[in-house]
Amino acid sequence: MKIDPLASAIAAAAVTLLALPALAQQQITVVNFGGANGNAQKKAYFEPIEKTGIKVQQVEYNGEQAKIKAMVETKKITWDVVEVESPDVNRGCDEGLFEKLDYAKIGNKADFQPAAVHECGIGIFVWSTVMAYNGDKLKDAPKTWADFWDVKKYPGKRGMRKGARYNLEFALMADGVKPADVYKVLASKDGAERAFKKLTELKPNIQWWEAGAQPPQFLVAGDVAMTTAYNGRIDAAQREGKNLKISWTGGIYDLDYWTIVKGSPNKDAALKFIAFASSPDAQAEYARNISYGPTNNKALAKLDPKVLALLPTSPANSKDALQFNISFWADAGEELEKRFASWAAK
Amino acid sequence: MAMAPNTASAAGGVAGAAVLDSPAVRRSLQRVEARKRWLAIGLTLPLLVFLLLTLLVPIAALLQRAVENPEVAASLSRTGAALAGWDRRSPPPAAAYAGVAADLAALDDGAQAGALARRLNTEVSGGRSLVMSTYRAVRQADAWGSGLAPEATRDKLLALDPRWADLRYWQAIAKNASRWTPDYLLTSVDLKRSPEGNIEQVEPDQRVFGRILLRTFEISLVVTLWCLALAYPLAWWLSTLPTRRANVLMILVLVPFWTSILVRVAAWIVLLQREGLVNKSLMGLSIIQEPLALLFNRTGVVIAMVHILLPFMILPLYSVMKSVPPTYLRAAISLGSPPLAAFWRVYVPQTFPGIGAGALLVFILSIGYYVTPALLGGADDQMISYYIAQYTNVDVNWGMACALGAVLLVATLLLYAVYRRLVKSELSLG
Repeated sequence: MKIDPLASAIAAAAVTLLALPALAQQQITVVNFGGANGNAQKKAYFEPIEKTGIKVQQVEYNGEQAKIKAMVETKKITWDVVEVESPDVNRGCDEGLFEKLDYAKIGNKADFQPAAVHECGIGIFVWSTVMAYNGDKLKDAPKTWADFWDVKKYPGKRGMRKGARYNLEFALMADGVKPADVYKVLASKDGAERAFKKLTELKPNIQWWEAGAQPPQFLVAGDVAMTTAYNGRIDAAQREGKNLKISWTGGIYDLDYWTIVKGSPNKDAALKFIAFASSPDAQAEYARNISYGPTNNKALAKLDPKVLALLPTSPANSKDALQFNISFWADAGEELEKRFASWAAK
Repeated sequence: MAMAPNTASAAGGVAGAAVLDSPAVRRSLQRVEARKRWLAIGLTLPLLVFLLLTLLVPIAALLQRAVENPEVAASLSRTGAALAGWDRRSPPPAAAYAGVAADLAALDDGAQAGALARRLNTEVSGGRSLVMSTYRAVRQADAWGSGLAPEATRDKLLALDPRWADLRYWQAIAKNASRWTPDYLLTSVDLKRSPEGNIEQVEPDQRVFGRILLRTFEISLVVTLWCLALAYPLAWWLSTLPTRRANVLMILVLVPFWTSILVRVAAWIVLLQREGLVNKSLMGLSIIQEPLALLFNRTGVVIAMVHILLPFMILPLYSVMKSVPPTYLRAAISLGSPPLAAFWRVYVPQTFPGIGAGALLVFILSIGYYVTPALLGGADDQMISYYIAQYTNVDVNWGMACALGAVLLVATLLLYAVYRRLVKSELSLG
């Protein structure tokens, strides 16, 4: 039988076209906070997972839950996996913004830190809000929050995040409250009063920051003598050769979570992505790129001591640290933030 | 547009009244006019629809959201009914406890409970965890069988969470049992409804929006005055130059105007920081010994806002000044007026429309500013838009965000009304 070359070409083309959808990669949209953290995620998670047939489109946002709420309300879901902060995973879970996670497809719950396991999200990494200073300018290292408040011994401005969160805790610790008692004290009316009073002492010396990139910049520019900062941002500056230092005592550590937006059309691929990103190897690679602690305990064994020493989860660093209390802030956050705005205006 | 054929026909009427008066001509003229009128409407229709969809509908939705209060009414209907006759001072009736248990058990998905929890938490801190923990408990239906007497349900709820004895939560539920509420709007002007329904001021440590609104106006006013002080001489100088040179200089005004606000804000950070260009040069010239605090305070905000808004002042001033004949000033001086008096009494009054338009434009743009104060200001330099963004994005309390938006809208409209009163002319933007 003679085969018509044209017909066979058409047939071949048709076969390729038909086969394409089956071979095509699944694509999901993963939303994170960008910056140094986004780059580390790209290296550890997004690029390696492409080999398994899931293509990740990276989108940056600033933590605005309003966007997720609008998507869920209008049922136009364009985001699949979103990195959210701990208060938001709780709140969004309550309000039905996120899918419940199927842990059977992710891994063994026992492998993860207890705080990382949430019904709507799984911890990505542990980060910490800490005290940071410029090693070139402050020879005598400040150690405690009381030192942070001591403008006589350490003259100069103090950088603090605009808002009540973290600052009230730091103020109480500076006032002599033990880390373990901070939230108990803060929950009482007098405790909140005490925190604001302590904050008032420092008010003339505070320089407020808004974005996580600002504190290391303040330190390098000499705007402030000390500042509160996210430990990963200080780490990124250190990697650029700046002599910035961290004091871990009384730092507040917290987790960011992966969540799947409710009604995501790519739920299966999203879950596969989360499973991959929660695996020990991927998490260890991530921690090598930025000094945020893995949530999968098995990842710790894969890291060498040098990397471990920089993580908020290392024993030395977490010894005197405080875990951020999600449920306290979920209840009291709005009132305290409003009170903060009122306090700032005085 | 529809006027044009009319005047044409009137002019034609003088020339050949006899021909034009014939009914056939008049009819065909009317047809042509009608067609033109419909064409005119048709041409403006897309714009009207566009305005309706992008301006009026969103504003209406915003105003609606500011008074809408569906969460409690939709999910706690039985409780609301049981609390209807309650005096709001004594312990609530047992039927109300039974109502809460029944209502929460009847919610079909978690989203409703979450919305309710969020709503009550904005009224009383702790409302979120109270509602969510109770919701999870009553979902286990067998333990909370409907056969339970109201008193038994009350005891069970109190055992589950003693906070149910706290009257504040019940007052919040009773107060929000209707679908509409003035609360968001009241909060945005630092007022609240007491449990009895009287309007009173909020506690001093929660009093904030009145001051923020004042601060917003204060910063806007300072920015407007600085803009005027800087733009007036510049616009005057530009208006006296030959056109060619004026145009070249005008480009210098417009280039920053076309640059992204974020870029300009970042540039100011570099210039104004403690070891930035401005401080370094001032110290190099020995004018100051210690670096000035120019950033992350009011000074930085005002400097950057004046820079960003200056073109909005220069352009209307320039266009008005261009139309003022220089001969008036010369005439006044030649009639014996001292130059300065002539400037103030003859020239300046003629530029009032430009001053009014520029000042109004700058002021109204200023009160909506968000990015510049957020990045260059301290905690007490934030304007009202910052808090609107905070409520929209962080707290996801859209009722409060819309109420603050409504306050800002009303303030802007009031200002415009005052302007119209004072200037008694249409806004002229040149």
